Amino acid sequence: MSEKRKFGFETRMLHAGHIPDSYSGSRAVPIYQTAGYVFDSPEYAASLFELKQYGNIYTRISNPTTAVFEERIASLEGGTGALATASGQAAQLITMMTLLQPGDEFVASSHLYGGTYTQFEHTFKKLSVKVHFVDPMDIKNWEKAITPKTRVLYGETIGNPQGSVFDFEGVSELAKANGIPLVIDNTLASPYLCRPLEWGADIVLHSATKFINGHGTSIAGVIIDSGKFDFSNYPSISSPSIPYHNLNFFETFGHYGFLMKARCETLRDTGATIGPFDSFLLIQGLETLSVRMDRHVSNALAVANFLKNHPMVDWVNYAGLPNHPHFDRAKKYLPKGAGSVFAFGLKAINNNPRETGKRLLEELELFSHVANLGDCKSLVIHPASTTHQQLSDEELKRANIKPELIRLSIGLETIDDLLWDLEQAFHAISR
Amino acid sequence: MNTRLSADERNKFQNSDLIRKILNGSRTIAIVGLSDKKERASNFVGSYLKSERYTIIPVNPLKQEILGEKCYPDLASIPVPVDVVDIFRRPDECMNVVKEAIAIKAKAVWMQLGIINRDAAELALQHGLIVVMDRCMKMEHGRYNGNLHWAGMNTEIITAKKVSRFI
Repeated sequence: MSEKRKFGFETRMLHAGHIPDSYSGSRAVPIYQTAGYVFDSPEYAASLFELKQYGNIYTRISNPTTAVFEERIASLEGGTGALATASGQAAQLITMMTLLQPGDEFVASSHLYGGTYTQFEHTFKKLSVKVHFVDPMDIKNWEKAITPKTRVLYGETIGNPQGSVFDFEGVSELAKANGIPLVIDNTLASPYLCRPLEWGADIVLHSATKFINGHGTSIAGVIIDSGKFDFSNYPSISSPSIPYHNLNFFETFGHYGFLMKARCETLRDTGATIGPFDSFLLIQGLETLSVRMDRHVSNALAVANFLKNHPMVDWVNYAGLPNHPHFDRAKKYLPKGAGSVFAFGLKAINNNPRETGKRLLEELELFSHVANLGDCKSLVIHPASTTHQQLSDEELKRANIKPELIRLSIGLETIDDLLWDLEQAFHAISR
Repeated sequence: MNTRLSADERNKFQNSDLIRKILNGSRTIAIVGLSDKKERASNFVGSYLKSERYTIIPVNPLKQEILGEKCYPDLASIPVPVDVVDIFRRPDECMNVVKEAIAIKAKAVWMQLGIINRDAAELALQHGLIVVMDRCMKMEHGRYNGNLHWAGMNTEIITAKKVSRFI
């Protein structure tokens, strides 16, 4: 056992969280496809249910395969621990339901994934929690939106479709000054490109479906806690828990308090649990994360440069390009690359931007038309003709989606083939 | 790793070899400031250590019995040898507890997570005791025997060797 050496990121991708067991010696992580666990004794079972012992009770709450994934991603993000969930949406829901109480408010960047926006705006209303969206481009907007009821600040490392990069230092300073935890969705960067906890974030979330899984095979999410936020005066974490005989999670579990509460209350009660086989697929994904991400970003930069120089292209929002307003910020927070998901717009053909985007989808051969991202395969979507096709041009504008906007998730294919595909599709629609 | 100690102090007072030595080599743990209230952190730690088959001895002048074990008013009253003195007291009360621990020839003193008294720690070191400070005995036991891993926590233990978790 070595804790003396600080092992590197790639070593931890392969080893963190899994010690080969003494009875089977299995080198791969075993899939514990079980719902329940045999208790040692009635007393032991009682101590598990009272949280006096750590251990497995029921897979809705914890599972040995999932625990490997959790410890591994916690190690990679530099957190004190992690909690895997059924999806990225579930990771947000569990985080917010653990931190917030009815009547609380939180402030979120408006540069968010659409599903997150909808969850915050509409579903949280039913929980009597109010979100204030702010334009993240100016730190003053955050400052103005904070009220005495604000309990969380929320943003994404890379915002979409603007390709904006989160102002970690500015917003985390504000969070600290106000005693509010900063929660960051790091899905588009992955811990290989950016580790928000190192820049002042308190809690990190992922849709693990994306780059962590990497192969588009599982729906999954995860919550990682830095363990550094002082919850001693934070009502939801430090007030007595009635189901657990007035247990104060922060006093009893210290820097594990938030995660223990998230697992033993919120996950237990919402049931938004990941399955063991999905956890196994996430572990497989993590083992090659750095190798894939290097290729994702080199391909993405090549595609972005190709588009920027193409006469049919109107604009490209990629923070890895020098003309992006956050190019310098990306260099600082994402030194290995600005991710591989970005949006661009074609100049309208026949004055019809919506139809131009739609036509491009029809002509692309190699890009898969898919509502996902972070796959090894390159993906494309045109919101105005698919996910948002029911919206009028005016409504699209309000949702901050230009009718010509096309989102790419650049995969690991031979780069010349990706450029060929774009060129042949551009040619076909211009005829 | 979550602590207010400096890197040098961590090496001295949170040394993993010494922590493992205490957890492996000790059977009798006197818990100073153990509460009989089920929801208190000390009660969690005490019941955990008991369920992990350590002999726990509550030290609390206000109680007769806690967690089914006879309670003593102070360390000096304990009639059997004590391996570890686990301290749940305010930092400014730790010096007196450490002096008592030295007097009864305990092998180690352990100040719980968030409890830091550098003078008391140095005094214990000078008298040859092993010292752990600003760590939780339950968390550290869980880190090395695998229990903490089950809860999704980052144990920071990395090895490709086939091992049964320690203890």
